[in-house]
Amino acid sequence: MIANYGYKDGSGDYFIAIDTDKCDGCGACVPVCPGAVFMVMDEDPNDPMREEPVAVVADDQRKKIKYACAQCKPGGERSPLPCVEACPVDAIAHSW
Amino acid sequence: MAEEFWRWTESRWTDPDIDWRKGDIITGGVDVGSVSSQAVVFVDGRLYCYGNTRTGSNSPDSAHKAMGLAMEDTGMSLDDLQYTVGTGYGRVNVPFGNRAITEIACHARGANFMYGPTVKTVLDMGGQDCKAIHCDPRGKVTNFLMNDKCAAGTGRGMEVFADLLQVPITRIGELSLQVEKEPPPVSSTCVVFAKSEASSLLREGWPKEKVIAAYCSAMAHRVVTLLERIGVEEDFAITGGIAKNVGVVGRIEKELGITALKPKIDTQIAGAVGAALFGDALVKKERKKG
Amino acid sequence: MYTAGIDVGAKTVKIVVTQDGKIVDRQIVPAGQDAQAAIEEAWQSLDTPIADIGLIVATGSGRKSTKRAQGYVTEVAAAAKGAQKTEPEVRTVVDVGAEEGRAIRIDEMGKLVDFAINEKCAAGAGAFTEAMARALEVDLPTLAAMSLRSTGNVAMNAQCAVFAESELVTLVHSNTPKEDMAKAIHDAISDRIVSMVRRVGMAEKVMLIGGVALNDGFVASLANDLETSVIVPQDPQLVSAFGAAILGEEGNYAESLSETI
Repeated sequence: MIANYGYKDGSGDYFIAIDTDKCDGCGACVPVCPGAVFMVMDEDPNDPMREEPVAVVADDQRKKIKYACAQCKPGGERSPLPCVEACPVDAIAHSW
Repeated sequence: MAEEFWRWTESRWTDPDIDWRKGDIITGGVDVGSVSSQAVVFVDGRLYCYGNTRTGSNSPDSAHKAMGLAMEDTGMSLDDLQYTVGTGYGRVNVPFGNRAITEIACHARGANFMYGPTVKTVLDMGGQDCKAIHCDPRGKVTNFLMNDKCAAGTGRGMEVFADLLQVPITRIGELSLQVEKEPPPVSSTCVVFAKSEASSLLREGWPKEKVIAAYCSAMAHRVVTLLERIGVEEDFAITGGIAKNVGVVGRIEKELGITALKPKIDTQIAGAVGAALFGDALVKKERKKG
Repeated sequence: MYTAGIDVGAKTVKIVVTQDGKIVDRQIVPAGQDAQAAIEEAWQSLDTPIADIGLIVATGSGRKSTKRAQGYVTEVAAAAKGAQKTEPEVRTVVDVGAEEGRAIRIDEMGKLVDFAINEKCAAGAGAFTEAMARALEVDLPTLAAMSLRSTGNVAMNAQCAVFAESELVTLVHSNTPKEDMAKAIHDAISDRIVSMVRRVGMAEKVMLIGGVALNDGFVASLANDLETSVIVPQDPQLVSAFGAAILGEEGNYAESLSETI
């Protein structure tokens, strides 16, 4: 499943997509994120029949990831995003 | 307080052909939304009854109220439910719930039941959120997004307009179709800005229908851009309160070039239906384990 | 001959007339429903005869409505120039207007380093506080004063202004002190502005301009969140019009609307 967490508002689209078919819940994304955007859940909240851990965007971050992610996305030249780099299975993508 | 133009009617329904007392597995599904709450009861995988009501001041009361309405005159009580799943905004606060499951999973499952296994794209337009879901023939989610940060594209956004224009929310859709020529959509996405844009259009002398048409079309466009992120594939179904708004639905269909499946039952109950079906599946799973 | 900068915003039209870098005349009028009428009213109400103004440079979201303009500059350029000319040590400019908010970084030379803009969403602009004040049935000065008296710490979860209104209703029902709600409102918008400031990289000194700078409740929340003092110039809403006039004096403007960058 592609789980898109985030939102669209008047100013643009801000979604973090987690590919749950790739994600095994290893948690590598959790400590590298300075905005504490990610967390690992014991089972997929959107797939109640699956019983393996998976990374999700924390509930309290979903409505403000544009702001939480801002520190890794400076206006000028961009270095690779820590969460995307840390994920060993390329399960994380950003829409903006 | 002025008349509330955004209210809609509560409803309930029972299948007269089902005798629940003969049922083997009886499960409940409760969807406590921010604006409305629905409860359904399934008897052996068949929809037996439902209630659709307004959400009250707290989730536990709303859950009780919805299930009470669903069970009205059926002779059923909460004790008859073997397993109940809560979903929606207030899902963790369903006092008689055995488990909470997200709206995303429940809506996909519910739409799969209501519209059949050919449904691949489900758009749920709720009171305070908008969900776009892509699912497989078993009703399992394959791609989804949920927008609950911004009121544009939600029922709440439409309520703001119903209030501004003093038009009952149930009439918005048909009124929006009473224009000779489709006006350009309201340019602001943000509901706050769209509202002031609409106010100045009214002052310029635009009739209400035209302003409503311009907003319905803006809302449709916004929803289409959300759907495009997850990919639209037929069959396509729209659930939630806005599915009842022909002005928005018609414009979404036109922009996508796809006709949405016509619902046979109240589209607002999709989440509760999915919840009850998960309840049914979980009871069966438990039984298998012995 | 004088130079004039005109800033046509969503809610107000501002004109500043300068000579040799100094303000000689100014005017603010509500934009109302008809921007062109408001602009004309602003010109007519100046003490300076229009015939004595040699160059008019326009900025703001409604700058296309300014028929008299001969030059155009972006809101970012005007804000940066105006702020830097007002206080040369300013390195970060926070500009919050009725419908837009922006954070701008400038270097020692007054050159633009980076900027971030929030537009098309009321949550990060003055429209947010206005909607909240309406919901609480108080005016903006009262909201600001209430906020400064708050001793509690209430957080608002809703990001959207429409949802925040519903959240306020819930807070009212749970008997939350009005002062704490007022502070929560200013903290909420400040939180969003601060993330833009962090994005461009904050450097002192920080100046707040735009109409929302008149709200000292917001100023307090912003200073607290940025952990530094915030300079609010006299007439903060005029700074961009002033900047446009100075850019005019310096010859740094585009001669047609379409070339404005």
